[in-house]
Amino acid sequence: MAVELDVFVGNTTIMDEEVYQLWLDGYTVNDAVKVRMEGGVLEEFEASADVLLSDTMDQYRTFQMCERLLHSPAKLANQLLFQIPPHRQAILIERYYAFDDAFVREVLGKKLSKGTKKDLDDISAKTSVTLKSCRRQHWVQFIGCDGFDNFKRVFKVVEELKGPLVENIRQHFLLSDKLARDYAAIVFFANNRFETGKRKLQYLTFQDFAFCAGQLINSWTIGAVDNMVEDMDVDLDKEFLQELKELKILITDKDLLDQHKSLVCTALRGKTKAFNEMEANFKNLSRGLVNIAAKLTNTKDVRDFFIDLVEKFIEPCRSDRWTASDMRLYLTHYTNSAHILDTFKHQVVWDRYMGVIKSCIFKMYHD
Amino acid sequence: MPGKLKAKIVAGRHLPVMDRASDLTDAFVEVKFGNTTFKTDVCPKSLNPQWNSEWFKFEVDDEDLQDEPLQITVLDHDTYSANDAIGKVYIDIDPLLCSEAASVISGWFPIYDTIHGIRGEINVLVKVELFNDLNRFRQSSCGVKFFCTTSIPRCYRAAMVHGFVEELVVNEDPEYQWIDRIRTPRASNEARQRLISLMSGELQRKIGLKVLEMGGNAVVGYLQCFDLEGESGLVVRAIGTACTLDKLSSGSAPNTNTHVHPNTAPASNACNSPSKDGKEPVFGEDLPSFSGPPTPFRALPTSSSSPPPFSPSKPCSRQSSSSDTDLSLTPKTGMGSGGSAGKEAGPLKTLLRQQTQTALEQREFPFFTLTSFPPGFLVHVGGVVSARSVKLLDRIHNPDEPETRDAWWEEIRQEIKSHAKALGCHAVVGYSESTSICEEVCILSASGTAAILNPRYMREGCLDIGSTDHRFEEPSPPSCGFCHIPYDELNMPFPAQLTYCYHCRRQKVPDVLFTTIDMPPEAAVTGKGCLIQARLCRLKKKAQGEVNATAISNLLPFMEYELHTQLMNKLKLRSMNALFGLHIQISVGENMLLGLASATGVYLTALPAPGGIQIAGKTPGDLSNEHHILTIQKRINDTITKNKELYQINPPELTEEVVGSPIPEPRQRSRLFRSHSESSDELSELDLSHGKKDAFVLEIDDTDAVEDIHSLLTDAPPPTGFYSCNTEIMPGIYNWTTGVQMFTSVRVFRLSNANLTNQGLNKIFTDLCENLLKSFYFKLRSMIPCCLCHLNFTVAVPEEELIQVAVTAVAMTFDKDQTQEKPADKPVTKGCSETEEQLQFPLELCADSSSITTQTSSKISGVPESTNVSPRAASVDYGSFADRCSTWLELLRLKAHTIRRGSVKTSRRTQSLAHSVSSLERSSPLPEGRSRSLRSNRSFGGSSVPVVKMTPLSFLPGTRIIKYLGIINMFFIRETTSLREEGGVSGFLHSFIAEVFAMVRAHVAALGGNAVVSYSMKECVLMENPNKNQAQCLINVSGDAVICVIETDQESMPSTINVVQTCSSGADGAT
Repeated sequence: MAVELDVFVGNTTIMDEEVYQLWLDGYTVNDAVKVRMEGGVLEEFEASADVLLSDTMDQYRTFQMCERLLHSPAKLANQLLFQIPPHRQAILIERYYAFDDAFVREVLGKKLSKGTKKDLDDISAKTSVTLKSCRRQHWVQFIGCDGFDNFKRVFKVVEELKGPLVENIRQHFLLSDKLARDYAAIVFFANNRFETGKRKLQYLTFQDFAFCAGQLINSWTIGAVDNMVEDMDVDLDKEFLQELKELKILITDKDLLDQHKSLVCTALRGKTKAFNEMEANFKNLSRGLVNIAAKLTNTKDVRDFFIDLVEKFIEPCRSDRWTASDMRLYLTHYTNSAHILDTFKHQVVWDRYMGVIKSCIFKMYHD
Repeated sequence: MPGKLKAKIVAGRHLPVMDRASDLTDAFVEVKFGNTTFKTDVCPKSLNPQWNSEWFKFEVDDEDLQDEPLQITVLDHDTYSANDAIGKVYIDIDPLLCSEAASVISGWFPIYDTIHGIRGEINVLVKVELFNDLNRFRQSSCGVKFFCTTSIPRCYRAAMVHGFVEELVVNEDPEYQWIDRIRTPRASNEARQRLISLMSGELQRKIGLKVLEMGGNAVVGYLQCFDLEGESGLVVRAIGTACTLDKLSSGSAPNTNTHVHPNTAPASNACNSPSKDGKEPVFGEDLPSFSGPPTPFRALPTSSSSPPPFSPSKPCSRQSSSSDTDLSLTPKTGMGSGGSAGKEAGPLKTLLRQQTQTALEQREFPFFTLTSFPPGFLVHVGGVVSARSVKLLDRIHNPDEPETRDAWWEEIRQEIKSHAKALGCHAVVGYSESTSICEEVCILSASGTAAILNPRYMREGCLDIGSTDHRFEEPSPPSCGFCHIPYDELNMPFPAQLTYCYHCRRQKVPDVLFTTIDMPPEAAVTGKGCLIQARLCRLKKKAQGEVNATAISNLLPFMEYELHTQLMNKLKLRSMNALFGLHIQISVGENMLLGLASATGVYLTALPAPGGIQIAGKTPGDLSNEHHILTIQKRINDTITKNKELYQINPPELTEEVVGSPIPEPRQRSRLFRSHSESSDELSELDLSHGKKDAFVLEIDDTDAVEDIHSLLTDAPPPTGFYSCNTEIMPGIYNWTTGVQMFTSVRVFRLSNANLTNQGLNKIFTDLCENLLKSFYFKLRSMIPCCLCHLNFTVAVPEEELIQVAVTAVAMTFDKDQTQEKPADKPVTKGCSETEEQLQFPLELCADSSSITTQTSSKISGVPESTNVSPRAASVDYGSFADRCSTWLELLRLKAHTIRRGSVKTSRRTQSLAHSVSSLERSSPLPEGRSRSLRSNRSFGGSSVPVVKMTPLSFLPGTRIIKYLGIINMFFIRETTSLREEGGVSGFLHSFIAEVFAMVRAHVAALGGNAVVSYSMKECVLMENPNKNQAQCLINVSGDAVICVIETDQESMPSTINVVQTCSSGADGAT
């Protein structure tokens, strides 16, 4: 004796947010029922386990039917099959595209392909995100590489569009601003293949990288100067990268270097406990930053951008025990002082470069 | 050539990929009506094709317009092989034939394929030009309005109620034609869908003709059913109530409606008008000495024709004859053949009876499919009358003359009529018919409520009489009048206990009252009501032909009796005394019969308090047994006390009422017999009237009896915050808020154990129903406090070991704090969170209506008169009038726009959005005058699909229906050969039901509506063969498409706030 068929369909599609999350997290129906039972929904509502099972099955079916639509969220809004109030649609989409920061951090910039199920298993184990959920989040990592259906669809859409990346993602996937920015960061990282996996970078969170990506997108891409070009937010502005070479004068011209140093030191004197270290390290640090700038024309060095920042600047400062406000103070004066140098003609490029560097370092300078 | 049908194919979207190589589709469309077919161009390589076709024109008879659906087929062009069909859309153009309904059908329709389900959508425009031919009503019945609603539709008043109309048409079922062996399942399904669509059209037209003959202009309570008789054919039959309806003028509608609760609204609308003044009290007239015993229930199973007849039971014939004489006495006043219905009958009463009688006797069947009535229409209610008959199906030889089927129903109706007469009643209200078919056996059932009606609505000439005699009237409160017995006390059709009405104290009332109608809104109730179900399974031997039919005939009376007993016991257990909306379904399977009786129990203040239930043992001497009985008795008493509390039943104590009287003498008790312990002699009497005394006695004679009592007690009450009923609304709850969730749920249970007992089956069946209810409560818990209304259970035995239960109902929220207040005391609270949500859309629309001036005037064509449009707006060219919500919305926007003329208020952000939209969605269709963008301006873009609410009730709480757009009657077949891949039967049916909802919503939206009322799923036939990985399902749904607006306190001021939900034009403007 068994229930052979059991369905419940509402004119307005009924969805329980808790069950949706369980589904997204890859729980099986039975596991989801267990979790719900532990959650106490039964006692709350004098229901039996059968009722809970039936309800969970119904909702899982609904979600499965919706998943096709969630792959291109714009369809969700004008499909006729499910009558879902707009605010619920927004929740569905937002949750579907939400990802686990720890998981994404693991795979950020990594090259995953279809064959690397084992990699996924590892990541899954490491980040305690269930495998099914990994899969759902999966397509994210393939932005920038080919061969993955879900990704292909998404990337194709974003790729063909003119206009700002974040806005395009937000429009197309109907995501919140925050989530769209995170996705833009992932696309950007994947496209430029930034190295994020090195041990020295392990302390950085996904949100640190997402912030930096946002800075780079806003200031260093073609889109920052011309907003009607394809791929404008995904590729760095080549002209700008060329111009960065000019900054080398700051470290190659000895007079300029000394002048710069003295200006900065004058401004900093007495304002920080780390003054001595700053003064002693000035030339090293300045060389570090300017060299990073000068090398960015090489794709390889672009990839190493973050590792370079950490090795050439953040680590030395950290070993000298600069505080965060020391860092702020130093970089502000370091940037501003360059404007007073009469022989330094590349103010615009300098600002465009240092603006991003400053905010990235501020974000990255933590334990 | 009285009509021209015009169709235009605008665009498609979300089409499936038909060409694997290119991942695209080369789509074109065939538009077919009758034998004429047009084609669009092929729109190559697009999943979102823009055809923007010319207007395809069909010149046709209006007869065809009524019968035929417009058939739209979307195909994929293939140069080298046959074109592949993507799917079809059938559009019923009937709503366009009625000047008061929709004037254009325009919108996105799901493209439906019987094998693949919904495959994309197509945007279509359809119009009809009826030529001004004075003769046009001669051939067809264009213009007759149809309503599924079983009350006088809101925004109409009944000038006259003509009475019963019925018709049936038969045909061969394409599924069983020889050709089916060689054609594809798709072709076969489509042939069937098309045939049923044609037959429904024909049926509707024929009924319309009958209505015109009677002088009416509408059919209310239209109930259409299919009998899939398999080999012997396909029967489509319909019944309804012919009426003459007048549309309420814009002035009066809002006024009468403002403070009227949905419950009472139609009534007051409809009744205020005919008599124009205070002559209303007719309803209250007192029939001083009309007396007679109550029969809560009369069920006299009949069988006939092929199987040996189950002889009509004795009491029936006796009663019929007695009441016949009663009714045909010589009239005192000399008007027709009235009756001197009683020695003390007052002149008015006599007059009333005569009028009604003469009015009704002209009709063959004084039946009414309505379940709620204008106040005063229903004078007295006698009780439930029902008849069943078992028939053997044989092939219908001549489809044009379906005489046998007609004769069968005729027979049943005659029987119902005679039952009603026996109860001293001249009419049957809340009438319905149904069938259950298994192989070649068919059970025909009909049931209704015997009643005495006020003749005013039946005969025009009678409208004044009430006022003439007004001074003689002794108005009795309307809250109890209908309970007073209609039959003669001295000529009681059944032995029953009568008391004086507990409300007015002047008339006799029965101790219990069973009816199939909704509770009259003016009735006085104590506490709240609840759903009461009696469930029963009976095994039967597998048999063939007549033997089988006989076996079923023999089982039926037992089942009726036992269902009735269960109902009565459960009613007592809840301390209630009346049932409304009683619906008894008996389903036949190969090896069992299922019986399910559902009703809403209430405590009518006018009726005496029900006595308790007493348990008695068969062997009084047995001590251990006595102890056992005592414990059961205690449990029962406890349950009754608990239920009284739960349903807030605290009737005022009356002095002569003996509460908790000692157990009456055994001889005086009415015994509640258990059917299997009875002799057939006793049974043939079928004395279903209980309650000689206030206590009921349950005799425990064996273990089965104990189990029965246990099962009585196992019905769990709904959890806190929930109520449930199967009537339109819950007696005792008045302040509904706007939260509405309609749902359909289906469960199929497989019995694995081959040798089950009746008892075991009963338990399984009861659990199945109870668990379903529990599931609903759980799923809908977020709506608390809420009431499940119109719970409509349908049971079936699709295969030998399967039990299928399908439920359609609506959950409605209400305001908990004021549950006790009546609408009269306080207008219904409106607003609530949902209103705010709804508010956003229209307001936003106003903000972005930048290009309104460029839109053609045809968009603004529809201005509902009732909305008091300002004179300024009225200067717009109305063109062909389309009272459509969308156009109305546009009008509002236009107004908003003219106020700030010229100021284009589209924000920059919106523009950029619109830009990216158009670059992405090249598919965005721009039909002339109704340009829409596919995406809304909201970030998550929810508003491009119009919201369509659905409810099985005749109203939506907190809203006012301003227009009926036509009947929705759709039939779909879905089949799969990849059942596993679609998630098994559950996955298959889940998506099919969702698809059916989607198609209903799309049709309503295309008519310009925003809601479906009186929605019902009349058929859900599921056949599965998991071994072959196959399943097939047929679903038939119906309802009334309407436009409704949110009720506000200032009814006369239409504002954007009034619009319930965004309509199809929701995303206009961002062009």
